[in-house]
Amino acid sequence: MNIVDLSVQVGPLNFRNPILLASGTVGYGNEMSEFLDLNKIGGIVTKSLSLKPRKGNPPQRIVETPSGMLNAIGLANVGVEVFLKEKIPFLKKYDVPLICNIAASTIEEYVECTKILTEEEAISAFEINVSCPNVKEGGLQFGNDISAVGKITEKVKSVTRKPVIVKLSPNVSYISEFAKIVKQEGGDAISAINTLVGTAFDINTRKPKIKNVTGGLSGPAIKPVALAKVLEIKQKVDIPIIGIGGIMNWKDIIEFMIAGSSAIQIGTLNFINPAAPIEMLQSLESYCMKNKIEKISQLTGSYQI
Amino acid sequence: MLVIEALVDKVIELDNQIFLLKIHCPEIANSIKPGQFLNVRVSENIYPLLRRPFSICNVEGDYFYLMFNVFGEGTKILASKKYGDSIDILGPLGNGFNYIGDYDTAVIVAGGLGAAPFPYLIKKIEKGKNIISFIGGKTYREVITHEMKNISIATDDGSLGFKGNVVELLNEHLELLKKNKIKIFACGPNSMLRALKEFCLINNFECEVSTESAMACGFGICQGCPIESTKNQDKYLLVCKDGPVFNVRDIII
Ligand SMILES: Cc1cc2nc3c(=O)[nH]c(=O)nc-3n(C[C@H](O)[C@H](O)[C@H](O)COP(=O)(O)O)c2cc1C
Ligand code: FES
Repeated sequence: MNIVDLSVQVGPLNFRNPILLASGTVGYGNEMSEFLDLNKIGGIVTKSLSLKPRKGNPPQRIVETPSGMLNAIGLANVGVEVFLKEKIPFLKKYDVPLICNIAASTIEEYVECTKILTEEEAISAFEINVSCPNVKEGGLQFGNDISAVGKITEKVKSVTRKPVIVKLSPNVSYISEFAKIVKQEGGDAISAINTLVGTAFDINTRKPKIKNVTGGLSGPAIKPVALAKVLEIKQKVDIPIIGIGGIMNWKDIIEFMIAGSSAIQIGTLNFINPAAPIEMLQSLESYCMKNKIEKISQLTGSYQI
Repeated sequence: MLVIEALVDKVIELDNQIFLLKIHCPEIANSIKPGQFLNVRVSENIYPLLRRPFSICNVEGDYFYLMFNVFGEGTKILASKKYGDSIDILGPLGNGFNYIGDYDTAVIVAGGLGAAPFPYLIKKIEKGKNIISFIGGKTYREVITHEMKNISIATDDGSLGFKGNVVELLNEHLELLKKNKIKIFACGPNSMLRALKEFCLINNFECEVSTESAMACGFGICQGCPIESTKNQDKYLLVCKDGPVFNVRDIII
């Protein structure tokens, strides 16, 4: 028996601890399993899946920036069919909640993907990506449009009984307005945030460092923005939040929970130290013990403002 | 594939601002193959944030070597490492060269820091085979001959050896190359690899190239390192996982 209860609840979903692995930073789990025991983490979010396989953007796709990185992967993924045939069998060997992230170019495509995937028992929930900055159609075009986000939530909810989490973009003036419509349309939780649009130039060639010109900024550079977005949602809308953005250590996790997150996701850090999630569990427990916190979930939204 | 804290033995400066980092790490030294690479965390801090990929340069007992030049923040930190410093290594990564096989002469083609993977490859190629090396650089400063064998040199400005690029130099030796059953192993800038590919297709030479790419993870999860495939144009290959070594016919450079 652990002395501290690390389990958390995100709407109807239960996780054994608040640490989930973020979409696009764990592939479909198999490579990560060489570094850590997937059964010990809270949950896994797949790379964004689309109805058909996507080739993604041409190189150069990534570049490091101060305390962060820009990526313009362009949602390269195997597509729903190959995912079910070739990727799910591996993930089924583990007892870890699997959240399928879906990205699409049209509202119909979101619905179609959900309809197909919802039949698969091994999938616990969906995370709807309406916030990819790196594709021409879909992505931020939806993420910036409140009524589109509402409509996607409503339509996806209508074809699945599984929990639906909507992953929001920070590239909007008031993220809480988007969270509000997600809640109104029956969405179960919010993931916040996806990457911030950014760019970088080579001063000798004057060309952008990534081929797509702009990319999504992630890593510790975005943590303060992410925290502010989580806080804004927490203060304005009654919906569970999964906090994401620049988490590098266990203290960052505590900070995200204080700001209002029920759980968190780790992204860029997986590239640097894929074993980090396990290392952090121990520290979370020690922090709770030291501060006489019996259940880590008590931290959620416990800010003293 | 593992993440491991290894110990720095020393940093050796070769000529021309080229450094070797000697690291004690039996786990990696005993398992890594020529052409594979390691993703190295140069600092505990968040700047530089990402690991840096380095080809394995050589292995000696429980030690291995990486070769680098001081280019940015990351390599500056590496150059300042001292005996006993710990260094966080992720690897071995990628596939490595297929150096066992039916050829009698290994032809090494290296441009600039593309020399890095060859000392280890040369060491591993079986005794009965010949090895000849063609080494190129823009100027003599970029020519790295460290532990190479039977060396011919080309520089763009003619400051050392043949004046021209290394593929033009190969062309000069075409008769000799054709006399033997050769396999080419190459690493260098894309412009060199592109010219080399054409040369190999025209002359029907076997050739494996070690490619470079920007990388974040180095083990296949970020999709940051695509390279165009000749066999399936609907899907990129990943330099870190499907490579970094490719049959030159399988990729579009
Ligand atoms: C290389 C890369 C690929 C990503 N791919 C996706 C994706 O396919 N779908 C998605 O919803 N988010 C994607 N993200 C965003 C992350 O899930 C996460 O929201 C973001 O990186 C912020 O977290 P971090 O700072 O911890 O990385 C990607 C991020 C990176 C760095
Ligand atoms: S560097 Fe991440 S997939 Fe190749």
